[in-house]
Amino acid sequence: MELQKFYYDNKIVKAFYIATVVFGLVGMLVGLTAAIQLFYPIFNFNLQYTTFGRIRPLHTNAIIFAFVGNAIFGAVYYSLQRLLKTRMFSDLLSWVHFWGWQLIILAAAITLPLGFTTSKEYAELEWPIDIAITIVWVIFGINMIGTILRRRERHMYVAIWFYLATFVTVAVLHIVNSFEIPVTFFKSYSWYAGVQDALVQWWYGHNAVAFFLTTPFLGMMYYYLPKAANRPVYSYKLSIIHFWSLIFIYIWAGPHHLLYTSLPDWAQSLGTVFSIMLIAPSWGGALNGLMTLRGAWDRVREDPVLKFIVVAITAYSMAVLEGPLLSLKNVNAITHFTDWIVAHVHLGALGWNGFLVFAVLYWTIPRMWNTTLYSKKMANAHFWLGTLGIIFYALPMYVSGLTQSLMWKEFNADGFLVYKNFLETTVAILPLHMLRAIGGSLYLTGFILMTYNLIKTAYAGKFIANEEAQAAPLAKEYVATSGGWHYRVLENKPILFTVLSLVAILIGGIVEMVPTFLIKSNVPTISSVKPYSPLELHGRDIYIREGCVGCHTQMVRPFRSETERYGEYSKAGEFVYDHPFLWGSKRTGPDLARVGGKYSNSWHYNHLLAPDAVSTGSIMPSYPWLFEQTINLDLTAGKINALRKIGVPYAENYEATANEDLKKQATEITSSLKADGIETPSDAEIVAVIAYLQRLGKDIKAEKVAEQP
Amino acid sequence: MEKNVLQHIDHIATWPVISFIIFFLFFLCLLWWVFTVDKKFIKEMSELPLQEDLKDSTPKNPSV
Repeated sequence: MELQKFYYDNKIVKAFYIATVVFGLVGMLVGLTAAIQLFYPIFNFNLQYTTFGRIRPLHTNAIIFAFVGNAIFGAVYYSLQRLLKTRMFSDLLSWVHFWGWQLIILAAAITLPLGFTTSKEYAELEWPIDIAITIVWVIFGINMIGTILRRRERHMYVAIWFYLATFVTVAVLHIVNSFEIPVTFFKSYSWYAGVQDALVQWWYGHNAVAFFLTTPFLGMMYYYLPKAANRPVYSYKLSIIHFWSLIFIYIWAGPHHLLYTSLPDWAQSLGTVFSIMLIAPSWGGALNGLMTLRGAWDRVREDPVLKFIVVAITAYSMAVLEGPLLSLKNVNAITHFTDWIVAHVHLGALGWNGFLVFAVLYWTIPRMWNTTLYSKKMANAHFWLGTLGIIFYALPMYVSGLTQSLMWKEFNADGFLVYKNFLETTVAILPLHMLRAIGGSLYLTGFILMTYNLIKTAYAGKFIANEEAQAAPLAKEYVATSGGWHYRVLENKPILFTVLSLVAILIGGIVEMVPTFLIKSNVPTISSVKPYSPLELHGRDIYIREGCVGCHTQMVRPFRSETERYGEYSKAGEFVYDHPFLWGSKRTGPDLARVGGKYSNSWHYNHLLAPDAVSTGSIMPSYPWLFEQTINLDLTAGKINALRKIGVPYAENYEATANEDLKKQATEITSSLKADGIETPSDAEIVAVIAYLQRLGKDIKAEKVAEQP
Repeated sequence: MEKNVLQHIDHIATWPVISFIIFFLFFLCLLWWVFTVDKKFIKEMSELPLQEDLKDSTPKNPSV
């Protein structure tokens, strides 16, 4: 058959890779800053835009969606064209995708420090940006599926399966988790409340890891590893089983983020069971990767690309064994809410994602510029800096996590908590946090070295914007080269394939969600749990804006060490009006679920103004702007209306009189402060925050009082 | 607790059974497919990423 000449689009790949490197640097720099803030609070700069609570989501979003996201797109655009022997479907769509994504990143970089956040982890961006993400993601999907439809290669290689599953699943996850009711252009409330919200969020959060940080990277592994090793993957059959079992099982495991919380037990158990099952496909895939190098291990010594890939797959295997173990309730009881989880996440992010991206960059850039790498030595130095960086990051965090956990749980012979003051457990781990920052710096230094090396490589070569290639067109009629019908069931039917992947991931989601969506009417009702007062609502929104949830949980688990320290364990019925839920995932500071009434108003006032002065050694930043900024009363009615629409039982027309209640409650707080010698205007934001904090956990105490004869 | 929740959905008991059957069958078919598929086809598929290096004229494995 006659060969057709065509050109691969390298320009779009180049654009995505430049963005990868730029945002990698930015994201890691922000991460390093956040790490330093945890032992030198002065690096919060006393500015609201740079406090830990606001830049932590900036770091996670920059790394996940900007650094890793752009790397995925670059790798997909490079490998898809070559695997299908065609140019991308539409250059225009490619560029709309590229610029659309960068604009979303820019919007995130502006809105997150400004405090516009939904507070749901890795889904912090507010609703207009959520819509933009949906549109750009669909454009990416159209461009990818369009390319597949006009391919010159009959069969879809397994890497493309992973790309398709990524597209389909991320679309579903993003849309379901982003259901929110807008109040203003940059403020919304999650559609779901409490337990439901938590389940949806962690179904999303877990699968963001699965389908944004894992499946596209497995696709990349299946393409770039054979290329770099110059040999086919160890077992293509295994890769087929790997794909289907991984995407089917992964989608069920989300609830393991909510063990021992108020989520119903059956959902927790489901999460645990599927997490354990995940070991099989994950290790199957990792072994398939490592075994590809059989007989070529000598080359790993010389080739930095292979070195990075080997460590990436090794980090992946460790992280995917650790994950299921952390999902066992007995292990989770020790590790959850501690630095252990931070170590686990970074083993994946720095080792698996980071190192695989580095390998892909070192492999691709010389090829696209038709040259060789500027300095192999420098790449090797990067490899060692990165590896040491990972070790120096992860080890201190493991030790820190265990230390924290054991200190939280230690009782003396008389049955009292040894470290009654939470702060002691925080101060104890600060040296380990310093070590972690050193690990991060080493990793970042390696990254900077790579940037220099790649720039020098590009300058030494000549960029091939359109790379010439030749292939025969696809015959209209399929002529089987190797036997019966069942060889082409799926590999040459992209649409059917996509639909099947969608069905596979939907079943897990639906079986978990449907019962939990109906839980609302079944959660044991606690009659004393009432909607937040208008002032508390404002306070709660400020709590969300400042990212308090990044360090403080609101979930007392049913352990004696926790009920002793914080009070009664949290019940599902307590959160029915919480849009969004604020259970948190990490305790850098103490849990706040029962903080209401524990301290005086003036204690909170002084503590938020100068935490260190009230609790010596505290690493919490101070919040001076809460004392200057005023509560926006114009928003009260809109907030009440929005919440009523999604089921919070505020009385009809309450929005008309809500501000009167708000002022009344504010005056009560300011007069109590005055009694302690503190003068503050009743419309200052701090008053709303105090009102909210004093409300936390109070409802259930009222229940107790009512029960007494 | 879970009974309380689940009783409110009609025929809920059949849901997990149906899901289980669907996936059990799917994986049985998948395994059957994988174990019976022609080796030549699998070889072709696994060599897809390497094809361009064999055929086209663009830079051939510049050493890194």
